[in-house]
Amino acid sequence: MSTDDIDATDTSGTDDLDGTFGRYGGQYVPEVLMPAIDELEDAYRRYVLHNEDSFMDEFRRRLADFGGRPIPLQRADRLSDRYDTEVYLKREDLLHGGAHKLNNALGQVLLAKYMGKDRIIAETGAGQHGTATAMAAAHLDMPCEIYMGETDIARQRPNVFRMRINGAEVTPVTVGRGTLKEAISETMRDWATNVSDTHYVIGSVVGPHPFPRMVRDFQSVISEEAREQIKEKAGRLPDSVVACAGGGSNTMGTFHHFVDDEAVDLVAVEAGGSSLSVDEDRGVAPNSASLSTGNEGVLHGARTKLLQDGDGQIMESHSVSAGLDYSGVGPELAHLVDTGRVTPVNVDDDAALEAFHRLSQDEGIIPALETAHAFGYLEENPDAVGDLTVVNVSGRGDKDLETVIEETAKRDLDIAPDMSVFEQVGAGGMMDMGGDHAGGDGSGGDHAGGHE
Amino acid sequence: MSLDGVFAADDPAFIPYLAAGDPSYEASQRYVEALVEGGADVIELGLPFSEPIAEGTTIQNAVVRALESGMTPERYFEFVADLDVEVPIVCMTYYNLVFQYGGEHGPRPFVERAAEVGIDGFVVVDLPAEEADPLREACDEFGLDLVFIVAPTTTDDRLEAMRERVSGYVYVQARTGVTGAREDVSDQTAATLARIGDWDVPKAVGFGISDGDHAERIVSAGADGIIVGSALIDIIAEGTSAGSQTQSDGVAEGDSVAETAQRLTAKARELKDGAIRGLQDRPQPEQ
Ligand SMILES: Cc1ncc(COP(=O)(O)O)c(C=O)c1O
Repeated sequence: MSTDDIDATDTSGTDDLDGTFGRYGGQYVPEVLMPAIDELEDAYRRYVLHNEDSFMDEFRRRLADFGGRPIPLQRADRLSDRYDTEVYLKREDLLHGGAHKLNNALGQVLLAKYMGKDRIIAETGAGQHGTATAMAAAHLDMPCEIYMGETDIARQRPNVFRMRINGAEVTPVTVGRGTLKEAISETMRDWATNVSDTHYVIGSVVGPHPFPRMVRDFQSVISEEAREQIKEKAGRLPDSVVACAGGGSNTMGTFHHFVDDEAVDLVAVEAGGSSLSVDEDRGVAPNSASLSTGNEGVLHGARTKLLQDGDGQIMESHSVSAGLDYSGVGPELAHLVDTGRVTPVNVDDDAALEAFHRLSQDEGIIPALETAHAFGYLEENPDAVGDLTVVNVSGRGDKDLETVIEETAKRDLDIAPDMSVFEQVGAGGMMDMGGDHAGGDGSGGDHAGGHE
Repeated sequence: MSLDGVFAADDPAFIPYLAAGDPSYEASQRYVEALVEGGADVIELGLPFSEPIAEGTTIQNAVVRALESGMTPERYFEFVADLDVEVPIVCMTYYNLVFQYGGEHGPRPFVERAAEVGIDGFVVVDLPAEEADPLREACDEFGLDLVFIVAPTTTDDRLEAMRERVSGYVYVQARTGVTGAREDVSDQTAATLARIGDWDVPKAVGFGISDGDHAERIVSAGADGIIVGSALIDIIAEGTSAGSQTQSDGVAEGDSVAETAQRLTAKARELKDGAIRGLQDRPQPEQ
């Protein structure tokens, strides 16, 4: 079949739209969706690749005016001292909405408009993609419905407020563990039902062709800017580029324009969760390390690396960070790992939490828990990143405050801030106040927009 | 009997879908037999996959019950070998289970084992014609059929891709969306049937058929068979929750399985009779 005889070194970049990356990718979807996917491929080729009707010009203009691009590349002074290496931060947390997700969401919602669709649906895990989609849909005046697992609704409450405030419907998904995997399945079901007028804005470089390529292209603005910025600021290309990987959209966006720079190491940091081992009996992997420990299979429309049991049943994943908590990964990233171009590593829940606090205290940047994994890697392997590294700050952590306070209290981390201030004002226990405070802060903070 | 034999008969074919192992191995065996007693001509037997993206809630729940009862691909093959029915069995599943079986990342070992236990063909829900060549080749090697689903949204060039690869029958999806019993049958069906009218494979229609009247209308519109899943699984779901109720009331589980089996047989008769009426309703060709 077509997926088997592709040149394994052809990573990307040609106009050959066969939808595979080495042995991965493809279009494994129910027939009812195939025409929509063909239609999307056609729109992607015309508007994105060939800038028909000046689509890309409008996209770039809106990314600048609405999104706030270009996004700065900042030298991290204290981390550079700590690790004795030059550390630069690509500040995607400053993009409107507080994460890289808007690059893709804005691109796809705009594309849906060009295609004449009149309804937007999307899944979300951390709520960042849902939030970005809700913002883009409000901005471009499209009705929008977001599917979100019930576990994620509970642990990412601030983003649920944000989506609702932007006017999106939020529909809880209660099957399974109620996380990203189930949310994607449910959104596909909606799409299969309302396929003629609805566009599914998938949130990462996953799903059937053309999504993995198209989402990567929208996200590649990260590396397009970062590559120029690092040359300007440091006078050369970095020794390494580090990004966290859930589905892999910030990873692919941060890597894309460096893929041909062979001297630049590309490091994808997955969630090690609580353990890399697997509980086959319960069908549970207490991690989300599909690049490091998964194997080839078919899920959500693509052949890729998956957490699955020996029969091919998909295993439930785990991570303290909702945005990394997924059993699959984008097919292009899986391919780049097989060819050796990308190095997969993983960081567990504990190390990610510590890194969250360290970046907050040392650099004044509260990162998303997803992003914190990338910094956990730096802490654990300062010698592996060379003398000059770029780390993508994929998002800000306002949405995570409630979870972080709770998870930190469970672990008794030395680095954790003392929250007894709430007891001093006699307003109940730290946990309660921590939770309420975080919820209010996250939703309220958004009114001020993405930049602060 | 083979699939060809079924469709060569005068009657329209009644093709029920069940998830193997829902809610238990033994009950599910009994339910397949009950459907055959009620007139089933082919069984579409679901091999449950953890991510059933094309199913509505009824079948999603059946899949959960089947997986919880311990259904696996290997047990599924035993299940088919254990079945004491004469009708053809079509395995309905998702591609990852086909792809993983036998550990060589391809469909061949799965098809080989399916042939061994007497399975006649496959419907693989998330495998469009473009990705289906490896499975088609394995089916040819072992003499099994490969059914494709034609949707109301299917474009003409996609129809061609399916026509080249299909065998056994075509599964005409009556409407867009996911599986689930409906009050009304869709009027998209006649249009789809007309588009593939000159194909020389039988056409079976499914998605939403829930009673004898639906069956009648679908067959009178030209279908060679009807496929019914959710309306039957609703009966199993009711029997299962009633069963756990009566069990706690001290009534034996076997009683509720027997009762559910009777209801399935009756529902099967209603659907099969409806389909037969549909054939009689058809305008007689002038001679
Ligand atoms: C801030 C942030 N970083 C990373 C991710 C992981 O997604 P991806 O791997 O597609 O970048 C998410 C997902 O929600 C996120 O919100």
